[in-house]
Amino acid sequence: MHAAVREIEKTQIKRKGLPEFRVGDTVRVSLRIVEGKTERVQDFEGVVIARKGGGVREMFTVRRVSYGIGMERTFPLHSPRITKLKLVRSGQVRRAKLYYLRDLRGKKARIREKRLAPGFEALLDQPGDEAPEPAGETVEAAKAE
Amino acid sequence: MTLALIGTKLGMTHVFTDDGSMVPVTVIACGPCPILQVKTAQTDGYAALQLGYGQARETAVKRAQHAHDERRRAREENRKPRIQAPKQVLVTQAELGHARRAGVPVPQIIREARVDDTSPYSVGQVLTCDLFSPGELVDVIGTSKGRGFAGPMKRHHSSRGPETHGSNYHRRPGSGGASADPSRVRKGKKMAGRMGNERTTVLNLQVVQTDPQKNILLLRGAVPGFNGAIVMVRKSIHAATRGVRKDQKRKAA
Repeated sequence: MHAAVREIEKTQIKRKGLPEFRVGDTVRVSLRIVEGKTERVQDFEGVVIARKGGGVREMFTVRRVSYGIGMERTFPLHSPRITKLKLVRSGQVRRAKLYYLRDLRGKKARIREKRLAPGFEALLDQPGDEAPEPAGETVEAAKAE
Repeated sequence: MTLALIGTKLGMTHVFTDDGSMVPVTVIACGPCPILQVKTAQTDGYAALQLGYGQARETAVKRAQHAHDERRRAREENRKPRIQAPKQVLVTQAELGHARRAGVPVPQIIREARVDDTSPYSVGQVLTCDLFSPGELVDVIGTSKGRGFAGPMKRHHSSRGPETHGSNYHRRPGSGGASADPSRVRKGKKMAGRMGNERTTVLNLQVVQTDPQKNILLLRGAVPGFNGAIVMVRKSIHAATRGVRKDQKRKAA
């Protein structure tokens, strides 16, 4: 990519208000919706089933099941229409794309919550920092459940 | 005829507009283009501006300069010039003298842009991309990507045969024509052949952003050619008529 193109992309990338989130996490996306002259914010909460692309082109797909109907929306990560993006719950998954959720419903479509060993929770609250991943500890925590 | 500038296609990306919609854009480094020559109907039979773009390689300019000096010296001393034939002439002595007379550095590329009226322009003047403003429509002229020897499906968008059921007729060109009459293949029958690598014009691309400091234009949509290819960005030749029609429509309504 040419340096000038990269420079332009830099101006398009949102720097603030983006939490670290991964596939499997539950997020609440607040969207600015313009209807004629009125403007309102609509929330869409669900499981992130895919993140694709990089830089300014990154997109993520959120899936939710409402009244028994599965619904998926794909957003550009850096879209100005997303006024707020909140991480609701971290999920423990072993896939980069959770398309298999489409075929599952009810109890099978649940995702295990990511839990950290005692003493590591405080690290999660630090803004901007990615949650640490002590692999061995998580396994132990999972066994303890 | 409308004014055009020379530029380089840098690549594509997308930007967000104020209302949050995503716009695919091509980034073009456009200008600065010094005017090397002003052609008028009286002197050349048509009105145009000869524009330069980029800078020729320094060594090539030096080589041309050296050859020029040596020829002059040889003429004065009444001997044969001692010049090694270069492997490649990137800048000819003619180009060197032409640029020097216009008072500009030797450009890498010289192109012409037809204009109706040359009076606002003079030799040595430098045109930049601030000619274009956001929202305006432009045309882009470039060389399309070469596809080599391409089959009729890619080249003429003919439809394909069945993939299976033993058809053995997959990407073929179809019938050449009737047998008894005309008993020959009609001219213009769509066949396989060289595709692309030809002058291509894309009309009415919207200017999304300009950056006159960096000589950067962002145009909505795609532009022919590879990244790094030379393109001409021209004021849209249809924009004027487009606007008129819209106005008339509004009046009627």
